[in-house]
Amino acid sequence: MTTTSPAGLRRPGRSRLSRVESRQALGFMSPALVGLALFTVVPVGLSIVMSLFHWPAFGERSFAGLGNYVELFTANPDFWPALRNSAVFALLYVPLNLVVALSLALALGPRIRGRGAFRVLFFIPVVTPIVANALVWKMLLQPQGLFNGLSVSLFGVELPNFLADERWAMVMVVVMSVWQGMGYNMLIFSAALEQLPAPVIEAARIDGAQGSRMLRSVVLPMLSPAIFFATVMTVITALQVFAQPQLLTGGGPGNSTLPLVQFIYNQGFKFQQLGLAAAAAWILFVLIIGLTAFQFRAQKRWVHYEH
Amino acid sequence: MSTDRIRLALAHVGVVAAAALFALPLVYAFFSALKPNNEIFAMPPRLVGSEIRWSNFADVFAYGPFTAYIANSFGVAIAGTLVVLAVSTTAGYAFGRLRWKGRDVVFVLFLVTLMVPQEVLVVPMFIVMQWFGWVDTYQSLIFPFAFTAFGTFLMRQFFRGIPYELDEAARVDGAGPFRTFWRIILPLATSAVAVLAVFTFMAFWNSYLWPLITVVDYDAHGTLPIGLATFSGQNGTRWDLQMAASIISMIPTTIIVIALQKHLVKGIATAGLGGR
Repeated sequence: MTTTSPAGLRRPGRSRLSRVESRQALGFMSPALVGLALFTVVPVGLSIVMSLFHWPAFGERSFAGLGNYVELFTANPDFWPALRNSAVFALLYVPLNLVVALSLALALGPRIRGRGAFRVLFFIPVVTPIVANALVWKMLLQPQGLFNGLSVSLFGVELPNFLADERWAMVMVVVMSVWQGMGYNMLIFSAALEQLPAPVIEAARIDGAQGSRMLRSVVLPMLSPAIFFATVMTVITALQVFAQPQLLTGGGPGNSTLPLVQFIYNQGFKFQQLGLAAAAAWILFVLIIGLTAFQFRAQKRWVHYEH
Repeated sequence: MSTDRIRLALAHVGVVAAAALFALPLVYAFFSALKPNNEIFAMPPRLVGSEIRWSNFADVFAYGPFTAYIANSFGVAIAGTLVVLAVSTTAGYAFGRLRWKGRDVVFVLFLVTLMVPQEVLVVPMFIVMQWFGWVDTYQSLIFPFAFTAFGTFLMRQFFRGIPYELDEAARVDGAGPFRTFWRIILPLATSAVAVLAVFTFMAFWNSYLWPLITVVDYDAHGTLPIGLATFSGQNGTRWDLQMAASIISMIPTTIIVIALQKHLVKGIATAGLGGR
């Protein structure tokens, strides 16, 4: 890519030139540097400090050491359930999202008429406000809503009150989230499928690979880098889930659908315990980094890169 | 040959069925937005109510400061996008095309900040906003999350693919670095700028958690996502208006996606990021 010759780099006057370029570079970067310092570096540092203090929104702050972290794990009644709920959500959401997205990407093959329009349809909820999507589902899931209404009038079967039933609320949060989010992964997989080298597929076909065997032995291994990317990103978004449970169930019934981010929001901005919220946010951060790092280490076992 | 035909026909049936099931919530929401409020939960459910009330879409604007929500959402999303574009293209140029000491180290530090999720930043960001006196202002909706390193990364990657002879030629012609950036490099990067602009606009348009925290006076600074919840109040929920408002809020980004559908797959491959 670089067309400057090595000899050109070593020409006399280069150090003066590079000093000039350094100054210019600083000029070009200063907005980004200042912004990143003010709105990322400072908050990160502040957040570490806050997590070590009792930090009420109003009133005296006092140093707590690791007290907030200890309180989260030993005393707070909602923290362990929030961890559990985030884990349950991720364990249901990630595989379901990936399977649905991959199936649709495979189904929308080049011979499907109007595949472009279908792709747009499946992608629309990804880009529309999540609040609007959640409110639509909240209406559908009401006891007199469309789902139960159809079931009663067609089959005479009363469905559970999905959003108020402890066994169903999380399932419905997951279903709604898959509906709204999987279009993104579908497009990732579509893009990867379009880049599969035709000769390899053709060679496999000549060797007699067909149907599910073609899928398992040829297509999926070749898609594995895209599947890996999608899995990493989807795990991260699963751990960041907030709007869907907050709007559909409010975290309830009880705290059965309250995920970690809503716990952080509640602690910080409902109960005004900003120190506790900051500590919980760091635990979320460690979880995200840890799971991502684990996936990168484990990818050798199943991701096949071309080179 | 005929089994192949049958298989293809079955594939079409399956895809159409999946699409119909998938579209059902949106279609039903649209028709609910046209019903009288007391028919939303009619038993048995009906797609079309006793009358078609287009007036619901007008009533939304009379119910609370909905016009302000829309104006604020557009204002914040457009301003935020412009900030992101300005910051990302200039920094991307410094990282991608200028040579300076420590460039690669600083770039890695930039990328490290990408690992910090918004959820970790919102709690301290609220305190920072208090320091600035920015709580419940437009600035607080626009700036705090406009400096993410993602845009810089995207632009840097793109700028590196542009031949370096162009810079040399511009230098020989006596153009300074800003002129080179503005007149030569940036015009060659319009496709990457467009991808960044579209994704940034959609992220601002749909943003929920941060406005929920920083906006106090909904009438003045409320955006559409947080405003949508205001249709449920003490006197029950105006589901008809809430659905109409939700549909309205979906229109701009839906139009963008439909207009750009030819570039959708390539854009995703370029940006590799979603609306969040």
